Amino acid sequence: MSDHPSTYVPKTGIEKWLDSRLPIVRLAYDSFVDYPTPKNLNYWWTFGGILSVCLAVQIITGIILAMHYTPHIDYAFNSVERIMRDVNYGWLIRYVHANGASMFFFAVYVHMLRGLYYGSYKAPREVLWILGCIIFFLMIATAFMGYVLPWGQMSFHGAVVITNLIGSIPVIGTPILTWLQGGFAVDQATLNRFFSLHYLLPFVIAGVVILHIWALHVSGQNNPAGVEIKSKEDTVPFTPYATVKDGVAIIAFLFLFSVFVFFMPNSLGHADNYIQANPLVTPAHIVPEWYLLTFYAILRAIPDKFLGVVAMFGAIAVIFALPWLDTSKVKSMRYRPVMRWFFVIFVVVCLGLGWCGAQLPDAQVIPGFPSFNLIDGQLNSYLWLTRLFTLYYFAFFLFIMPWIGLKEDPLPVPASISEAVLAEHNKKKG
Amino acid sequence: MKSLKTIGLKTVGALIAATVMASAVPALAAGGAQHAHEPKEGFSFTGPFGTYDQAQLQRGYKVYREVCAACHSMNLLSFRNLGEKDGPFYDPKFKNPNDNPVVKQIASEFEVADIDSETGDAITRKATTSDRFPAPFPNTAAAAASNGGAVPPDLSVITKARHGGASYVYSLLTGYKAPPAGLKIAEGQHYNPYFPGDLTSAWSGDHKHVPAGGVLAMAPPLSAGQVTFDDGRESTLSHQAADVAAFLEWAGEPKATLRKKTGVAVLAYLLLFFGLTYASYRMVWRGKH
Ligand code: HEC
Ligand code: HEM
Repeated sequence: MSDHPSTYVPKTGIEKWLDSRLPIVRLAYDSFVDYPTPKNLNYWWTFGGILSVCLAVQIITGIILAMHYTPHIDYAFNSVERIMRDVNYGWLIRYVHANGASMFFFAVYVHMLRGLYYGSYKAPREVLWILGCIIFFLMIATAFMGYVLPWGQMSFHGAVVITNLIGSIPVIGTPILTWLQGGFAVDQATLNRFFSLHYLLPFVIAGVVILHIWALHVSGQNNPAGVEIKSKEDTVPFTPYATVKDGVAIIAFLFLFSVFVFFMPNSLGHADNYIQANPLVTPAHIVPEWYLLTFYAILRAIPDKFLGVVAMFGAIAVIFALPWLDTSKVKSMRYRPVMRWFFVIFVVVCLGLGWCGAQLPDAQVIPGFPSFNLIDGQLNSYLWLTRLFTLYYFAFFLFIMPWIGLKEDPLPVPASISEAVLAEHNKKKG
Repeated sequence: MKSLKTIGLKTVGALIAATVMASAVPALAAGGAQHAHEPKEGFSFTGPFGTYDQAQLQRGYKVYREVCAACHSMNLLSFRNLGEKDGPFYDPKFKNPNDNPVVKQIASEFEVADIDSETGDAITRKATTSDRFPAPFPNTAAAAASNGGAVPPDLSVITKARHGGASYVYSLLTGYKAPPAGLKIAEGQHYNPYFPGDLTSAWSGDHKHVPAGGVLAMAPPLSAGQVTFDDGRESTLSHQAADVAAFLEWAGEPKATLRKKTGVAVLAYLLLFFGLTYASYRMVWRGKH
């Protein structure tokens, strides 16, 4: 916290010398050792640390991959396979990087839902929240461009579908599309610039992460009770308390990560991406990676291509606006008996959208169930299920959030973190 | 708190389940093909501890070499790969596969194109262990022209490029059947219930019961007795198909055994580390909860 005075005392001569010139050790000490954290944080708060590990893992494995990868349409596919065969432990580096992207998104979704549930976006943490949203957006861009690099069938045709969306913007769409692709089609120029940007963006993300943590340390952490820190009794120092707890969670996370990398490294990917890109053969079913399916579903829910693009970006934009859409005075949904149910439905809807994103829109949801044609499709089809979910997705932010906040009678909120901890302690004892 | 924890756990569980399911979905959507299955005796390499059966890989290589190589390239493989750890002709006496006499012998049976470095003339020479498997056709146009317009796909990573992997290859090779009455099969095409496709337009029977599978340009490449196995294994269709499928699985994931062994060690280490860290956590936090 900004009003938390520094307690760092340089001991050795060299530390004193450095401290009066560049107080970097002081910064690290104040941020990661002495920094006061609420003492009631649960395991959902460990995902920030997990995400930092994910970013570091992607950058390290990515740099090694880039030493062996060839960004050329004729060689990219084979160069990735060569990494797996001929580079020492190349299979490990590549599988860690490819599965690492999935792990990264899994962690970021948990992290964001945590924020949503405990109201971590509310004052004074609006800027912190927006910085997080920027990171999320950059991650999507990075992962999308990374997925193009191995130049498999899904890489290529996915890139065609997604870049062409830009072409649907009226008037300026086509020139922007040509400029982005570096030509009139997804080709060598596209691959080469995607590689360049895929290398660049993670470092931009790292920069925004620093701002994110800075903002965090100004406002202080939120906590499951959703009440601000009032006294020293409410906190414990970051080290050893948070470090050891984050450590436990990170190791558990790495365990899950390793199960994928070592025992099912291709289970999250798509078989078609092991076929070298061929512009003349379009795969029967083009789907993005699982972590983008929710947004892909929203895109396809709208019959007009351009409006679909607007909806897809809108689905991300509303997350940015969340601090001003929630009208409740209470942060934590623990004390919001009505809102928490809408939250649970929201999580189910997001998963449902992800599910729908992988289906053919015309396919029946309940096979054989009688249905009728509604406007442009059967009611019993993924098209209409996706639309229903999309409607809830937007209603949740634009209507339910502001409205329930005003109407709901929240439960009594504890006076302080210490009191919340005590109450829970007593409840546990019975 | 308790209820949130259960909700949270359920959410995470659902996320994982949805992920696994979502990755399996396209398999269903790809068309009404019959589900691929393993050979009766199973594959030795499935499961977290599965490893390749070297004798099977050797037989599988023979099937590839004598049958499939007439049409299918394996561009990512070099002869030396055959003698690498966990490969078909690995011999612990020759850590460097380029010294392995069996591998050298196999390579020398092939001629490859080269340029004479003195004269610049195009020549052919005996292959060496570092050469790649020669492709049967000079380019895709030639490959298509010889195969009724269809290009036989490169088989280097075919088990990773198809849902069902080695089981799919096995099922495809053993699954050819006479087309059911009412299914029109074009000249040069062959019906196979495991090949993903949509036969609706070729089907004149009951439109609710379109046969599973599709048609492909590859005639059944294997039949009983076609390849003589050096180790005396009976040369049934199923044996040949299982062996070549295993060989292709190895070709696609030559490092799978090392990967799984490393994985077991990594998980054991993480488990231990987790225990220690968790114990420290309990100690550090004692009295703070
Ligand atoms: C006479 C040439 C020929 C021979 C010999 C041959 N194939 Fe094929 N194969 C083809 C052609 C042509 C195709 C492409 C079929 C199509 O797409 O219609 C093909 C396709 C395949 C496919 C891909 C099917 C899919 O899902 O797209 C596999 C796997 C395959 N062959 C395996 C083998 C194996 C294993 C052998 C050796 C036992 C073999 N083939 C022998 C010509 C051949
Ligand atoms: C935010 C962090 C990052 C994310 C989310 C990410 C994501 C991805 C994804 C999804 C792929 C495709 C994987 C596959 O199927 O093969 C990929 C490939 C690749 N990435 Fe990254 N990446 C990140 C950081 C980096 C960095 C920092 C570098 C380089 C310095 C890098 C270099 C590469 C290379 C060379 C490939 C192609 C090789 C391959 O496909 O395996 N990545 N990345």
